[in-house]
This record gives sequence, structure tokens and C-alpha cells, in this order.
Amino acid sequence: MNQKIKELRVGVASCGIAAGAEAVREALLRRAGALPVTGVGCLGHCYAEPMVEAVLDDGSSVIYRDVDASDAAIDNILELGPEHRFEIPEARRKRELVKVMALAGRIDPTCFEAYTAAGGYEGLKRALSMTPAEVVDEVLKSGLRGRGGGGFPTGRKWSFLAAKSNPEKILICNADEGDPGAFMDRSLMESVPHQMLEGMLIAAYATGATRLFIYCRAEYPLAIKHLKIAIEQIYRHRLNIVGGRELAIEIKEGAGAFVCGEETALIASLEGKRGTPRFRPPFPTDSGFEGHPSMINNVETFGNVPLILRDGAEAFAAIGTEGSKGTKLFALAGDLKYPGLVEVPMGATLNDIVFEIGGADRASVKAVQTGGPSGGCIPVELFDTPVDYDSLRALGAIMGSGGMIVIGKDRCMVETARYFLDFTHRESCGKCTFCRVGTMRMFEALERITAGKGSEADLDLLADLGPKVRAGALCGLGQTAPNPVLATLRYFRNEYEEHVKHHRCPALQCNALVQLKVDLAKCIKCRKCIRSCPVGAIADDFTIDSAKCTRCNTCLEQCPKHAISRISEGE
Amino acid sequence: MEAEFSYLSGIECVPGNLIKGLQLIQSKAGYLPDAGIRAAAEYFKIPVVEVEGVVTFYAQFKRVRPGRHQIAACDGTACHIKGSGQVREWLRQELGIDSGETTDDGVFSLNTVACLGCCSLAPVISIDGTVYGKLDRKKLVGILKEYREK
Repeated sequence: MNQKIKELRVGVASCGIAAGAEAVREALLRRAGALPVTGVGCLGHCYAEPMVEAVLDDGSSVIYRDVDASDAAIDNILELGPEHRFEIPEARRKRELVKVMALAGRIDPTCFEAYTAAGGYEGLKRALSMTPAEVVDEVLKSGLRGRGGGGFPTGRKWSFLAAKSNPEKILICNADEGDPGAFMDRSLMESVPHQMLEGMLIAAYATGATRLFIYCRAEYPLAIKHLKIAIEQIYRHRLNIVGGRELAIEIKEGAGAFVCGEETALIASLEGKRGTPRFRPPFPTDSGFEGHPSMINNVETFGNVPLILRDGAEAFAAIGTEGSKGTKLFALAGDLKYPGLVEVPMGATLNDIVFEIGGADRASVKAVQTGGPSGGCIPVELFDTPVDYDSLRALGAIMGSGGMIVIGKDRCMVETARYFLDFTHRESCGKCTFCRVGTMRMFEALERITAGKGSEADLDLLADLGPKVRAGALCGLGQTAPNPVLATLRYFRNEYEEHVKHHRCPALQCNALVQLKVDLAKCIKCRKCIRSCPVGAIADDFTIDSAKCTRCNTCLEQCPKHAISRISEGE
Repeated sequence: MEAEFSYLSGIECVPGNLIKGLQLIQSKAGYLPDAGIRAAAEYFKIPVVEVEGVVTFYAQFKRVRPGRHQIAACDGTACHIKGSGQVREWLRQELGIDSGETTDDGVFSLNTVACLGCCSLAPVISIDGTVYGKLDRKKLVGILKEYREK
């Protein structure tokens, strides 16, 4: 090997740290001598963490996956050895288009110079050479739509705030990524905090905003830490002075309420109150935080803005579909081989994302859930659908903020719907009766069905209540809460019917409708199951007492011969 | 205001900072004791009932004293799909507590949370902020043992 390593990069975003990247970084620092070891953000390949990238003299690099802190693993890297080498799967490389996350995993998120050396703040510089109205126009022309899920044209929102002549105008970044299953915003903030902040500064210049807030989940400590460091650097380099105004950027930590993703609820929370939404109008851009005109964009939306200003609106609009421009980040998880963060051009199909990029097994996938608890599921038969705002809405799902969960054939769709309603009925703020009571009743019906106590009347109740909750709720939470139920009823009604008519769970997931059984023909009498059963439900003759059994699956996992399986109750 | 909470004066006294103040108290005391709620009400000049209203609205705020080690069991979508229900059942069996409770010996408290943002490692829990992923029963029991001995 003639090449020499010039830099070692370790992915130390939350996913990497959870997989043990800090120990790897320490081991590298100890062993690498004079070689610089840089902690970087997320490369998006969560399944391969911890990852180390060895950058060579000629600028190329060798990436290692599943690295541990042992001497052997570190030596392997320092010698550019063959073990644990990582290549981005070809299918993914072909379909992915990395724009917003281009710097993630490449630079030290806490280093200002690293960001500017990679073209950072070029967008702001160009914006400042234009008039504010021209900047708004540029964003309008780019076709950028809100990445938080709503899909409202960003430039139009900006123009509303820009039109206000109030002395104080508020700009808010919604970083309260509350969808379970979504981590795009966390990754972006942890990996390239300056990019989102640059987008905010550009927006502040364009709209004439005077105060900037970032409303971030308290559950994202690393993101908050990186943002604080970045804000200090912005102050130090006086980049917070735009259009002659010196701007303060304040981080407010959310306290855990899904409804605070809704604009008026978020503003109430910023004001220190319970995060309940209110009637609109007045819209926040007329009267928001403490009565001042306020505008809210999401993290990924702001993350796109510097690219638009740097490369121009035409370049941005050249990517994507007619109504949805640019790229979109997706947090891919669930039943697939390569979970992680992916960025694809708008209009990529679900087939591309789930099978080609995610490496999911075609034979075992049943559906994909987009948009979290506000979204719906899309069955595998419709996976040639292009992913853009309008196509997904037509299918009863939504783009949402970008959580995408792959659901395998062994998962029960009724249970999945029950899970989402469990979440939304608890997160309902309680203001609107239809949402407060309606989601509760829907949840109860789903509980009955998954417990084997449902009837066909419950299916009618769900179909009847769903549209009413949607119509009778004030905010996005209630209006979208029935989506997971209505979408599963639409595409997987047979599963609901099996539950209520025959008391069977076709996916064998609902514990109340399932029992465990030892296949004595396969069993080698090793008694591992008997020893491991936490409730002593397995007798000496390997019969399982269904009344005692909690269906915890411990025996099933312990059995070396796969002789234990879940079967329908009573079979 | 009781002297114990005098650190609140480090926060600017505007109503918008109430949540920040409550977060500070919780970070120092581990939970929000009655006295802390009274102190916040007094400092921000907001009625106690309103402060209590804000506290009960947000999932982050705890009104009971937590254990020495705090377990957050993730029930986000990815974890749910990957069997977080099973993980909670194991925790229930190992610790004898449900979400929102603390073990009698005060070692562990357990809370179910919506998402820890490490979906690709599902199912995950975090203990005192450290995330443990790809859990199975054996791994979980080992982790709990480690903390018990700490």
C-alpha cells in the first residue's frame, strides 16, 4: 500500500455513539500518533456503525464499518487492512442524490472553518448581495416546499412575513422532531448545524425578522450542544448582523409534546404555556409569538435554503418533479437490511427507496408507513408510486417529515394502527372534543380488536369516526390522527376481518390470539426453553400452559432447533 | 422563594421562560417537587395552578422522585415494529415496575418514551442517557446487572 492516511474520521452522531463510536475515537486518538482524528456527523449508514473513514493523501478514502475499540480493529485501520471494509452498496449509490446532507459525516460539526472551507456561508454572502425581495423571489422560484410535512411553498410563507412592517418580527425553526421513527432533523443538526443556521440567517435577511428562535426537542442533547457551539461561532464572526440588524438566536428546549409540531401550539409553548393550538386566523405571520408576526420553518427546510442561494433557484428546481422540487431526506427503519438516513430526489419511487436503497427483501415486505402517526401505510403493490407531496396524499398517506418504516409480512396492520392511535390519543391536547374523545374511542375499538374481543360493529365505528375526527379537529394532530386507521382499513381490511370474524391474527403478532407450541418432531429435549421461561409455563413434556404463558418469545429465541413457533390460538 | 431554588434568578424573569425554569429545577432535583413548583410560580409570578397545568401537559416533567438510574424504554415506531413491547415486558419481569414507576430499592425508574432517534438500532433503551440498541433479553439482563452493581 503506497497511499498514506492523512486524516481519520469517526462518525460520532447519536447513532454512532449508541453503537460505541466514542470508545473507537478514544482508541484512535491513543494509537494514531500525529494523525488528526476528527469526530464527524452522520454518513447515513446506521446499520454499519461505528464507522471510521481513513482519508488518504490523494483525497480518496477507505471506510471501515462495525469497528470496535480493540487493538486488532484499530491496527487494521491504521494499516489500511482488508477487514471490515465498507463500500456504499452500488444500488444505493446509483439512486441516492446527496445534496442537503453533502457535508454530513465529512466535516467536524463543531468547526466553523471546516464549514466555510466546504462552501459554507457562500449562500448567505450571495443573499446579502441581493435585495431582501430578490431573496424571497429566489426561494419562490426554486419551488421549495416545507419539509416538515405540510408542503406549503416556503417562498410564499416568507413573502407573508416580509410584507409586515411591524418593528419586531419573529423567525422560528421547528426542531421539535416529534414523529416517532423520524431522525432526519436530528442528523442534520448534529452533523452540519451551521447549514440550518445559515438558512435561518438568509431567511431573517429576506423577511426582515428581528428575533430568531430554535424550538428543539430536549431529547436531542447532542444537537443542542452543536447548535450552541455554532451560534457562538456565528456571534464571534459577526454573521448575525444582516441588513444592519444584529440578531439574537435563542434555543428553546421543548418539553415533550407531539402537538407542539403544530405552529400555534409551538408558539404557545415558546411563550411558556401549555402547548395547545388555537384557531387560525389570525395566522402566525399576522400574529404569533407574543402577538408579533412570526414564521415557522422546519430544520430540513432551512437546511435547503443555503443550497438554493449558493447554486441558484434554477439548479435547485432542476431536481425533482413538477410539483415537488429538490431532494428529500428519509429516515429508513423497520424490516429491512440497511436502515439509515437516505437522501433521494423528489419523485424517486418507494421501490427505489425500500428495495434498492434499503435492501429490504421483496418477498417479506407488506407495506411502508410514511409520515408517522399522521401518515398512512402504502401496500407493496403500490410501491411504484413516486414519492412527492401530491402522489402520497392521493394514496391516503402523507410525505410527513420523512419517517419511513418498512413493515414486514409478520407484522399485524391492526396492531400497527392501534400503536399509532395509542400515541395520538395520549398526545391529543384535549382542546377539541372530536380529537380528545374520538381518538380515544378509536383506540379502544382497536384495543378490542387486537385483544380478540372486537366485532364487525367496531369496524363500522372506526370507518364512521375517522372522517369525523378529521373534520372536527382544529389542528394537524387531530386532522391526521385517523389516517393510520383509515389507510389500513382501506388496504388491509381482510386483516381486520380475520380478527373480528375468526379471532385470528394472520400475522400471528397479536398476543391474545396466538399461542406458542413446541414441535416435538424437531425438539432435541435440551430443556433450554424450560429453563429460560420466566413464568414456568413449559412442562417437562414440553407442553406450554397457555394460561401461564405471556407470549414473551424467550423460549422461541432460545431454542437451538427453531422447534417453537407461534400459532393461532386454539389450533 | 425557598433558598434551595434561588438558582432560578439566573433565568430572565419573563413568562416565556417558565418551561426553561422548570427544566432547570428538574435537572437539579431529578424531578419537580411541590416546593419547586411553588418556587417557579413565585419567581415567574404565575399562579401555582397554571404552573401545574404546564407541568402536567409536557411528557418531560416528572412529579415523582426518580431512581438512581433512569431507564427510558423507546416505543417509537421502529422500536415498536422491532419488538419494544417485548422489551418492556422483560423490564417489567426483571424490575417489577411499570412505566412511570421506581423500584422499591430506588435503583431504577422506568419511563416509556416516544422516540430516542436511534431507530436503526431498534429496539433500544437508554439508561441515564446512554443508548443500548439491538436488545435481546440476555443483553438487557446483562446491562441491568451492570447498573445494579454501579
